[in-house]
Amino acid sequence: MACSATAQIIQPLSINSARSVDNSDACTKTLSPSSFLGSTPRINKKLFAVNKSISPLARRPTTVFAVSSDVVKEKKLKSNSSLSNLLITKKEGLELYEDMYLGRAFEDMCAQMYYRGKMFGFVHLYNGQEAVSTGFIKLLKKEDYVVSTYRDHVHSLSKGVPAREVMSELFGKTTGCCRGQGGSMHMFSKEHNVLGGFAFIGEGIPVATGAAFTSKYKREVLKEDCDEVALAFFGDGTCNNGQFFECLNMAALWKLPIVFVVENNLWAIGMSHVRATSDPQIWKKGPAFGMPGIHVDGMDVLKVREVAKEAIDRARRGEGPTLVECETYRFRGHSLADPDELRDPAEKAHYATRDPITALKKYMAENKLVSEAELKAIDKKIDELVEDAVEFADKSPVPARSQLLENVFADPRGFGIGPNGKYRCEDPKFTEGTAQV
Amino acid sequence: MLRIIKQRLAYNGLPAPTLEQGIRVIASRAYSTAKEMTVREALNSAIDEEMSADPKVFIMGEEVGEYQGAYKISKGLLDKYGPERVLDTPITEAGFAGIGVGAAYYGLRPVIEFMTFNFSMQAIDHIINSAAKSNYMSAGQISVPIVFRGPNGAAAGVGAQHSHCYAAWYSSCPGLKVLAPYSSEDARGLLKAAIRDPDPVVFLENELLYGESFPVSAEALDSSFCLPIGKAKIEREGKDVTITAFSKMVGYALQAAEILAKEGINAEVINLRSIRPLDRSTINASVRKTNRLVTIEEGFPQHGVGAEICASILEESFEYLDAPVERIAGADVPMPYAANLERMAVPQIEDIVRAAKRACYKSSLLAATA
Repeated sequence: MACSATAQIIQPLSINSARSVDNSDACTKTLSPSSFLGSTPRINKKLFAVNKSISPLARRPTTVFAVSSDVVKEKKLKSNSSLSNLLITKKEGLELYEDMYLGRAFEDMCAQMYYRGKMFGFVHLYNGQEAVSTGFIKLLKKEDYVVSTYRDHVHSLSKGVPAREVMSELFGKTTGCCRGQGGSMHMFSKEHNVLGGFAFIGEGIPVATGAAFTSKYKREVLKEDCDEVALAFFGDGTCNNGQFFECLNMAALWKLPIVFVVENNLWAIGMSHVRATSDPQIWKKGPAFGMPGIHVDGMDVLKVREVAKEAIDRARRGEGPTLVECETYRFRGHSLADPDELRDPAEKAHYATRDPITALKKYMAENKLVSEAELKAIDKKIDELVEDAVEFADKSPVPARSQLLENVFADPRGFGIGPNGKYRCEDPKFTEGTAQV
Repeated sequence: MLRIIKQRLAYNGLPAPTLEQGIRVIASRAYSTAKEMTVREALNSAIDEEMSADPKVFIMGEEVGEYQGAYKISKGLLDKYGPERVLDTPITEAGFAGIGVGAAYYGLRPVIEFMTFNFSMQAIDHIINSAAKSNYMSAGQISVPIVFRGPNGAAAGVGAQHSHCYAAWYSSCPGLKVLAPYSSEDARGLLKAAIRDPDPVVFLENELLYGESFPVSAEALDSSFCLPIGKAKIEREGKDVTITAFSKMVGYALQAAEILAKEGINAEVINLRSIRPLDRSTINASVRKTNRLVTIEEGFPQHGVGAEICASILEESFEYLDAPVERIAGADVPMPYAANLERMAVPQIEDIVRAAKRACYKSSLLAATA
């Protein structure tokens, strides 16, 4: 697919505080930690002009660089006049908007349901980070793999798991995507190739790397026609975990078709990223392992999409992994049980102005891609979809007693031989309903 | 008593005329110390007192400092002791557990908090290989006075990866001491003992017990209060059946005992407190008295704590048993998320009552046929 990032100015969304990191020629240029938005509310307004004519990924695979964003006003005016300069078509724009709005509406509904007692346990919401999920996952095919963390509702929705199934799973009903056995943090879908939902930080990264390995294995050993790509989503806290580094090394070593997507929302529960990390710039860790490291504004879905196109195409071509750091923010607390007292309200307010959904709306309105009415129609459709999902989940039955012992093994003979000398699972009374195994 | 009070006050420099006031104060304090304390407060006060008594004690873990503890166990400690002794770590269990063990090798006394013991699996290499085995491998040259603590076992609706019980895993390893408190007094006494202990201690708390209040005696509030490691407590005396349990299941066992009492079965409930070393003598003595045993645990049945207790009874008190041992454990499946399935996967009070009755009626059936 034609990638406009190679030859064009990346159109900025008209937001004041677009921030980017530049590393045009001087690879030695280092950014001091204070220029990074940590727990301080100060906004770094440095603007950089960058040499944009090269496709950075192709030309210097091991050099550190970042996606540029040009906020110079003249260029913006020029761009408004010709539609061909835009990054997205109307159809794509509507698709992106719909997906982000679905993520937002769904998560808001989850919060409501939690406070009404329909949902329980740990629920981690994704509000504010929709641009990352939509920007990346909407470029994937159905056969590509997505692996996530406990903040996985929206990743599953973007990948195509029906909202009804996700909501039922959250309610613990048997119609959920995991029959109510997984829960909020463990969304799996074989059909849509969502490989989880993991509660442990960093656990999903080796799994995603393994999925990428499968793709390469199928291509090279089994000689199948396979160019599937794996995406691993994880946060800033995970980037201090050993598993992350081990997988960066192996993915680069074996040139696996994977993209490591860091959703850097600056906070790991109550631990600020700068307090936990010796070098807070995560994108730099890519080149240390021999893969490109990119930093992108994760509140801008178009920028994320451009970077994602490059990274995913690179993986599909067999050139190996990429590390993409998306600077984003979660509007709500870590989970619905988190009082969220440690984050500076000024920081929250700053990021609220960079809401990815309003940004996309503004972009499409300014470039006259869509009309207000069309967006409102989408809003209404999604609201109804979410309401329908809740109703469906409400009406669904809870799992039957017999479901307790199911799905432990793929081969249920793992439960051993029963007192009558036959396999336990062959006894019709086995799953009838007591927990007395 | 009055003389002692007088001496105490004189020692503290209080002039005699305030003696009466002093007595009134002490008396009122004595009454008010028959008070309640949540397990959370008990743990917090235990860590606080040990940290103030010994400057080598420090606490390290995720969110223990500024966030006041993921479950608020270390609330207020950062303000009191500063960031050098209350350390917020990045999310690297293997890293900070290992750092703790290394610090313990050199005489510091770390308290490592795991947000839940499920995350200790990322650090288990250090708990077992660096901490538990070091004293043996170095022939006593290096002891590891470290405490690994955190909530263990099932909480409510947190799914398979957050509900695993590690009591059996850690108690199978020689070189570790494994403690599981139930009440606030247990929590205080055992944690203090653990911090003072020169060996690695795995301290298994329970998230659902954190908010529960228990009455604490005056001596439990004293800062030198300490419970012995390796001694179980008989929570309720009885003569018909012995029920052993630890952590949250002790509460369930006590409630089951109340129900059984109404049916004429007088159950003896033992709070194990210490899983390794297991107080085999108390359990055996109790079984020799009652002749029947029901073991309860929340973890998985195979190779669990109950299995070890059964083996101990068979080895030492076989002739005293009048009925087969009843073993109650969690269901042999990863913890499901759905609320009704989760309830079935964890022992409930009815299960305990049923098992105790089975232990009691079985032999009465045999007696009838004989």
